[in-house]
Amino acid sequence: MTPIQFAEKYSLSVASPGEGAEREVGGVYCCDLLSMVMGRAHEDDAFLTVMGNVNTIAVAVLADVSCVILCEGIKLDSETLQKAVAQEVCVLCSEESTFQVALKLAKELGLC
Amino acid sequence: MPMLKLQYEVDGTDFTRAGEASSSVKKNLRKLGVSADAIRRVSICLYEGEINMVIHANGGVIDVLVFPDRIEMVLADTGKGIADIEKAMQAGWSTAPDEVRSLGFGAGMGLPNMKKYSDEMRIESTVGVGTTVYMTVKV
Repeated sequence: MTPIQFAEKYSLSVASPGEGAEREVGGVYCCDLLSMVMGRAHEDDAFLTVMGNVNTIAVAVLADVSCVILCEGIKLDSETLQKAVAQEVCVLCSEESTFQVALKLAKELGLC
Repeated sequence: MPMLKLQYEVDGTDFTRAGEASSSVKKNLRKLGVSADAIRRVSICLYEGEINMVIHANGGVIDVLVFPDRIEMVLADTGKGIADIEKAMQAGWSTAPDEVRSLGFGAGMGLPNMKKYSDEMRIESTVGVGTTVYMTVKV
């Protein structure tokens, strides 16, 4: 499933489509501590967080995740959004908690 | 002789630009066909280094030398220096201010991450003069 397909199925808003229509979500990683994300998230993971600043985008690029999903209704500021678009990072936004979004992804990925 | 030499100036006043050097190095290494694992480790080391330079040292200079068997990184700043390197290397120990913590950094994981993901790491630091971090990732 691509990040965009996931967004459509569960009504998440797409802040930046990036490569979200082309890449497959390979796993899920939830964390707000960016140093930890960089070292531990896997390529193609969906990265779930409430940390919506420009560094989130930089870490998403370096870790090569398939998308960033901002949970709990967090939105990107305009500068961060510009960076996400420029770097072609797919960013989705959900009103739900990180756990709730992770649960949906886990079901879609056959992890539970 | 290195196959490629790259140099970047890290702007110490702009937190939002941290990551530019790491992203650029990543692209260059991809073009050279370096393995994904080595690229990932280099990216982590450099990004943590960049963030440290912005938080603690008002910027600095990063040199990256690409050899056929290894990638050498030298991160030099003229910041306040590290008084106790052993302590700074401990996971969870940090002197970062609260505003940095609110951005998702400053949890005392930077230097330990750099150590973990590089094959060799050495720090030279003098209080009031600056810090130079040497890292090597084997490819």
